[in-house]
Amino acid sequence: MKLELIQPFINAADAVLAQNLACTTSVSNVTMDESVYRRHGLAAVVTMKGDIEGRIVLDIDREMALRVASNMAGAQLSDADAFVSETICEIANQVIGNAITSLNDQGFHFRIQPPEVHTAENGFAGSEDTEALVMCFDTPSGSVFMNIALKFPKLN
Amino acid sequence: MEQFATLLRKRDRQPIRFLIVDDSIFARRNLARMIESFGGRVAGEAGDGCTAITEYTRTLPDLVLMDIIMPQMEGIEAAEKILRIQPLARIVMVSSVGYQENIIAALEKGARHFLQKPVKAEVLYDVVKYVMAEDAITAVEAAAGATR
Repeated sequence: MKLELIQPFINAADAVLAQNLACTTSVSNVTMDESVYRRHGLAAVVTMKGDIEGRIVLDIDREMALRVASNMAGAQLSDADAFVSETICEIANQVIGNAITSLNDQGFHFRIQPPEVHTAENGFAGSEDTEALVMCFDTPSGSVFMNIALKFPKLN
Repeated sequence: MEQFATLLRKRDRQPIRFLIVDDSIFARRNLARMIESFGGRVAGEAGDGCTAITEYTRTLPDLVLMDIIMPQMEGIEAAEKILRIQPLARIVMVSSVGYQENIIAALEKGARHFLQKPVKAEVLYDVVKYVMAEDAITAVEAAAGATR
């Protein structure tokens, strides 16, 4: 996967997480994912169509997700509360929105679908023409994983 | 959250009233907290463009914060319809997607400004001051004026 296409996602995640979680972040690990994606915490998935196609999963440690959502709601929330899902989806929306803005400025054109909550434990097996990359962002209050599986019809 | 000098409407020294339009409750809550931190008041909220038009005519806010990508009716179309009802409406677009073409389209329809998410409170504060221009005053300025 080309670094210039991945860097906007790293930059966007860094900026959005720092703002919404009110903390510093660092990328601790980047790996190619050859197995089926396995969810770690509470996750949202965004799909994209166009010059770049695929899906991105933003997966936040459960405790951290609950803390951020509870802080914003002003009350202690549980996993079942819809506001927690809303929080994950909006953070995913901001990360992907910022990244595709940058890619759009590089000349790539595509549409993104609104984020959806991803509840399955597993899913999204890779395919021959789709490369998947997993990034782990460390924060003082937990980890955030971003699983990016994209193909580039325009570049092939 | 950082505290800012309270902003008031110049004409009656009352809080600036906002309509927040976003399909994300999280985003609306986040903006509401920022608005309250500089003395603003949330006059109404909407989760889509159609409801935004109804809420605009019901609440007649001083300023609208409008998301772009929403269900039923997107923000740029809603902004255009509100501006047909009230050409002087102050609308600031707020979106995580900051394509040049989106920004240009929104400004051409009459939006006053564009903010990319995640919104920072200090940036929102500056944009509100810029868009309200002569129609806003800080509480300190209002108090100084009252004692003259």
